[in-house]
Amino acid sequence: MSTADLVATSVSKRFADHVAVDDLSFSVERGSFFSILGPSGCGKTTLLRMIAGFIAPDGGDIAIGGSSMRNIAPNRRPVNMVFQQLALFPMMSVGENVEFGLARRGVARAERVKRSHAMLERVGLHGSAGKRVDELSGGQRQRVAIARSLVLEPTLLLLDEPLGALDLKLREHMKIELKQLQSAFGTTFVYITHDQSEALVLSDHVGVMSHGRFEQLGTPQDLYYRPQTPFVAGFVGANNRIVGRATAKSGGVVEMTTGDGWIIHARSHGEIAVGDAVEGFVRPEVASLGRGPQELPTNQPVHSGHVQSLLFDGANSAVLLREDRTRREFRIALPQTGQFSDLKPQERVLFSFDPQRAVCYPARPAAVEADA
Amino acid sequence: MLKAAGRDWHGRLSLGLLLAPALLWLGALIVLPHVELAVLSLRERIGPRLYAASLAQYETFFLEPLYWHVFVRTALMSVIATMLTLLLAFPIAWVIAKLSSGKASSLLFILCLIPFWVSETVRTLGWMILLRESGVLPALLVKLGVTRVPVELLYHDATILVGLVYTSLLFMVIPLISSLESLDNTLIEAAYDLGANGFAILRTIVIPHAAPGITAGCIVVFMLTLGNYLTPTLLGGKNSQWFTEQIYTQFITRFNWEEGAAFGFLLLGLSTAMVVCGLKITGQRFGDVMRRT
Repeated sequence: MSTADLVATSVSKRFADHVAVDDLSFSVERGSFFSILGPSGCGKTTLLRMIAGFIAPDGGDIAIGGSSMRNIAPNRRPVNMVFQQLALFPMMSVGENVEFGLARRGVARAERVKRSHAMLERVGLHGSAGKRVDELSGGQRQRVAIARSLVLEPTLLLLDEPLGALDLKLREHMKIELKQLQSAFGTTFVYITHDQSEALVLSDHVGVMSHGRFEQLGTPQDLYYRPQTPFVAGFVGANNRIVGRATAKSGGVVEMTTGDGWIIHARSHGEIAVGDAVEGFVRPEVASLGRGPQELPTNQPVHSGHVQSLLFDGANSAVLLREDRTRREFRIALPQTGQFSDLKPQERVLFSFDPQRAVCYPARPAAVEADA
Repeated sequence: MLKAAGRDWHGRLSLGLLLAPALLWLGALIVLPHVELAVLSLRERIGPRLYAASLAQYETFFLEPLYWHVFVRTALMSVIATMLTLLLAFPIAWVIAKLSSGKASSLLFILCLIPFWVSETVRTLGWMILLRESGVLPALLVKLGVTRVPVELLYHDATILVGLVYTSLLFMVIPLISSLESLDNTLIEAAYDLGANGFAILRTIVIPHAAPGITAGCIVVFMLTLGNYLTPTLLGGKNSQWFTEQIYTQFITRFNWEEGAAFGFLLLGLSTAMVVCGLKITGQRFGDVMRRT
């Protein structure tokens, strides 16, 4: 635990009628990039604001850099935050923005200027100190917001969906830049986002949050390849979700049948008995597509469907099928070989997948009702 | 070409018609009387119905200590009243703009507005009922044992200031609310997060942001106070020595319109000079400030 910069112990926060953060415990290692990923309203902003000190937790404790932050105001915490709307001070120049925190600490003017210039240079804004904030582009403002925090050498840098306001192209670019900045400075980053691609690309560890709790905490690879709960399987990455009942079991593989009689096989996760309601997930890139049985891998159950639509997106292109028996939608990633570039809507195709690479969980109570 | 010129002419005509009432009002009620007063102030009576151009009226002002004492005193008291109004209005505006929301905020604003439904005279007379020797407050002080006999609370400089601040409060609160409402709360949070305490946030974030509103409020309140006649006269009595009273005396009591006109122009010059100085000191432009009111 000595190398953890942030340790949360049983932290909880309840607002009038709902629990925003529910008895949460986790730790973030020094120098790592930690993301909290969750849909809006899952409590991630509340958690971040508790770490920053704007909200006091109802219970539990947050320790930063080894010391408890109970009753310590935001301006006395070794934590700085990059706000969603950046919150740069429009009444000050870029340089004054970066100097702001140093000035509050009573650093002498000459030293302040020296350090803010050095910091601006490190984030690639050399010579911008005299500019006004509104003269900068979106990406440059982002860097000023980060520089303004990092110049204070915080133990922890909190980032509240800082890429949310940027357009797609800039967002992709800033993602890479953030990652590089974090490894260059070695500061511990805690990043909250609802965008799973940001979380997967940037983070060393991700906590997937839902209803005030972490559904799963692990590396991006863990979340993608070994989701522990149906929520994580459905939220992280694209997935085909199929709801049904377990009708047979052999080894680790469950045979599940949907209400309308489609039978698929998937590796079971958790305790599943025959007759239980289950939720199965098959990733689009796990399934293989073929026009005839000879094009599919052997020893896998074969399903058939008709092409409903082609979703062309460069390397992420996929085809949306309707399974023949049940008319259910099923998404399959198109291989990059161009083998299916002449696929047409309404064409009949076969598909199959390795049951070991599909997964099924005991169904969540809400999920069964939603599907019934 | 001809068509375009025709359209241009039409445009100008409709613009002119739209502006006509305002221009007429400005010309007939502001510019003309001032021209008349300027002419009056620059002449001297040298015989029955005989006048000559001269600066004698202005000379009298500077040679007679009473006149310019009252002049300077009015200016200083107005500055003090403006500052007091600002100090009092800022927390009120802060509560309305930042701390309360929706219904509570409108209710508080209405509470500020309600006194202005009553005429200024009645409100000032209300203060007199409260403060005069046989009034409510002196009687209360006796009852509480603070003073042995009822004291006269009217006719002090402090009384005049109380009245002026009370009359001006709303005109300071309104521009302050609008400039504080436009301050993004995350800026305050960001400053707090970067290590600023309450005072530093006020000094570096809130005041620079609200500066045009503060200046606008100060200009309006200063002008209203400087030109106020009723409040200093009623609450200050003979001791008030307000410059507007001197103007009144010249015009009405002394029937010396020439001197009165000169005083009027001196007051106009004073308020203009003070506003220009205020803008210069705070580094603001008149246009920016007026857009905030």
